[in-house]
Amino acid sequence: MSEKKPGFFSRLAQGLARSSNKLGESVTAIFTKRKLDAAALEELEDALIAADLGAQTAMRVTDRLAKDRFDKEVTDEEVREALADVVAESLTPLEKPLDLGGERPQVVVFVGVNGSGKTTTLGKIAVKLKREGHNPILAAGDTFRAAAIEQVSVWGERAGAPVVKREIGADAAGLAFDAIEQAQRDSHDMVLIDTAGRLQNKAELMDELRKVIRVIKKKMPDAPHHVILVLDGTVGSNAVSQAEAFLEASDVTGVVMTKLDGTAKGGALVQVAEKFRLPIHYIGIGEGEADLQPFSARDFSRALAGLDG
Amino acid sequence: MFDALTERLGGVFDKLTGRGVLSEKDVDAALREIRVALLEADVALPVVKSAVNQIKERAVGEDVIRAVAPGQQVVKIVHDALVDLLGGEGEPEGLALEGEPPVAILMAGLQGSGKTTTSAKLAKRISERHKKKVLLASLDTRRPAAMEQLQQLAGQVDVAFLPIVKGQKAVDIAKRAMTAGKLQGFDVVILDTAGRTSIDEDMMSEAQAIATATRPRETLLVADALTGQDAVETAKRFHERLPLTGLVLTRMDGDGRGGAALSMRHVTGLPIKFLGVSEKPDGLDAFDAKRLAGRILGRGDIVSLVEKAAQDVDEEKAARMAKKMAKGKFDLEDLREQFGQLKKMGGLGGIMGMLPGMNKKMQAQASAAGMDDKMLTRQEAIILSMTPQERAKPEILKASRKKRIAAGSGVTVADVNKLIKMHRQMADMMKKAGKKGRGGLAGMMGGMPPGMAGMNPADMGAATQDLLGGKAPSGASMPGLGSGNSKPASLPGLGGGAPLGPDGLPIGLPKK
Repeated sequence: MSEKKPGFFSRLAQGLARSSNKLGESVTAIFTKRKLDAAALEELEDALIAADLGAQTAMRVTDRLAKDRFDKEVTDEEVREALADVVAESLTPLEKPLDLGGERPQVVVFVGVNGSGKTTTLGKIAVKLKREGHNPILAAGDTFRAAAIEQVSVWGERAGAPVVKREIGADAAGLAFDAIEQAQRDSHDMVLIDTAGRLQNKAELMDELRKVIRVIKKKMPDAPHHVILVLDGTVGSNAVSQAEAFLEASDVTGVVMTKLDGTAKGGALVQVAEKFRLPIHYIGIGEGEADLQPFSARDFSRALAGLDG
Repeated sequence: MFDALTERLGGVFDKLTGRGVLSEKDVDAALREIRVALLEADVALPVVKSAVNQIKERAVGEDVIRAVAPGQQVVKIVHDALVDLLGGEGEPEGLALEGEPPVAILMAGLQGSGKTTTSAKLAKRISERHKKKVLLASLDTRRPAAMEQLQQLAGQVDVAFLPIVKGQKAVDIAKRAMTAGKLQGFDVVILDTAGRTSIDEDMMSEAQAIATATRPRETLLVADALTGQDAVETAKRFHERLPLTGLVLTRMDGDGRGGAALSMRHVTGLPIKFLGVSEKPDGLDAFDAKRLAGRILGRGDIVSLVEKAAQDVDEEKAARMAKKMAKGKFDLEDLREQFGQLKKMGGLGGIMGMLPGMNKKMQAQASAAGMDDKMLTRQEAIILSMTPQERAKPEILKASRKKRIAAGSGVTVADVNKLIKMHRQMADMMKKAGKKGRGGLAGMMGGMPPGMAGMNPADMGAATQDLLGGKAPSGASMPGLGSGNSKPASLPGLGGGAPLGPDGLPIGLPKK
């Protein structure tokens, strides 16, 4: 991890290379000089669905193409541009960096289903904040999963940030309370709170999350200032159900999508964005500390459509 | 699982079954709906195409249009096609563990797919069911505290764990694990690897090297059931590089549409060996294509429920209770034990998830009506606030005692009254059932009433709907502590005989 980092786009493009090539290829296959008729549109819709964009978004893109160009000869490039435009159109307003200004300490809670990458994302953000001169404190709030506490502790060491922890099975809400208290006492400007992974259809686990948020508010009425939903890049349409349930339980304020360095296309992010208009802060394109990148709607959309920079 | 798909197909077939005769156009419409439903359920595109073609061919071949009940016919065709896609009928293939010990099982998959948790579950299963000596080894040198995670889980499931040597490479750990397995007489060595993306060349070569060094008898790809279209790509690539022998789908207890199961099975041709269905160490189910396909079509997962009941019911305790109840004795302590039993079976949520015809909406309705595990806990608390004497002889409960109990358990006196009334009704029913002799009590407490096996899933769907609609369902009976055959239906553990109160809700449910 010591060599010079390439720029953002090339990293994202690298990460998305496989997916965009794949999508690009199928788009090319459909539209190398071809009349845009109903059959062609249906094929395009399929290709978009195969990128996890979901049926609705796929339909919107094809509708838009059909509006101006139906029955006309279209090139592959035009189709890609149009796709990128439509996707970028819905994502650009949501391109919002994580703004941690304001009241001190800023309290950030990470939520999501099991294995989506909450702890890793928290760790990466902690390292970043520390490097930018902030003084974060971490709360190992996943008191359920084996060694989750140890995992946060390792990130705490990497970031040079203290970690508030309790034994496994301890009350996560109480721990969050303690972390904020300690932050106030020791003048930390950020509190990053990890939570246990939970499937959104488990009522009792979602109740537990509500309790964590409630207890945080007891300590700081305006906290948590940010609740970040961490979405797995390989997720399909279930992302929508996840966003819905976590929004309801914990007033999610923004999204991070992880694991976009594999073959997954991340199209589910577009579905979530369309439906809930949630700000997108970062995307994760690797396991390294530097592999958390600010979200760029334009780059994401163009990479998804198989276009260069 | 598969709820959304169930609803979708349900909508299609409602339309079809509404009318007596099918036109060709109806079939086409149904196929289109099936296609969209499968796509929205995250089944990968090529798999959807193949499924729809199969369904179409069969539909045409069987001359659906002239069939007596075309809707039913289409349901059956879709069901059969899904069964085939999921690997066909027959006994689910277990693990291949024969060979010269130690036999290696290699776990591979993307980051966060659930490899470590699954490794521990598998270790527990193999040591308990196959009576083999298992060694767990973590080869994850990348994710912080991954090794400690498996170490802690190994402790929880009481299986040996290969000591951590910091700084050692994954392949070397694998070799060390095999040597340790051989020297210390282990039958099976489970190798948990780091999560990797399929296009990370270094990591994929590492995985290959591990496989070459350990010659695993089973190499399992662990995948998240919530995966979208990428399921195909990931499965294909891992299959190309590793000697995969089977798939494990995790997070099947989520509300994901589960299309990944269909997709991965289809592109690799590998059997789905297990399903991860909870975070707990025993949350690993055997896979059965027919059951899953039935579930996709809204027929519920009765087999799972029966299995769970049979597994979780404490036979001895049940026999003891049956004897007691035969004499017409069923005190509040017994009721409390039933609550415990129900909780052990995954709580009401877990059980309802397996009931046929029970979709997400109905589950939400049920929990909105207070029919959730909180209710169980509350009622348990009420009983726990009673003295042993009160539990044995509820008739001594007068106003002042009730007040004390209500205060002790944080409920109102009315809640206490409800519980007492419910108990009395149950006790009465049991007394009656007891007099009727066998079939009643023997079946009631045995965990699996006779006649369960031949139960018609369709009836179950209706029964469940009735139950939620506030009517007493008829005919079907549920496993667990329910009644024997020819008694009204009952939710498992909610008591025997007729567990429905006068208001039609299962006993224990607060009235609206």
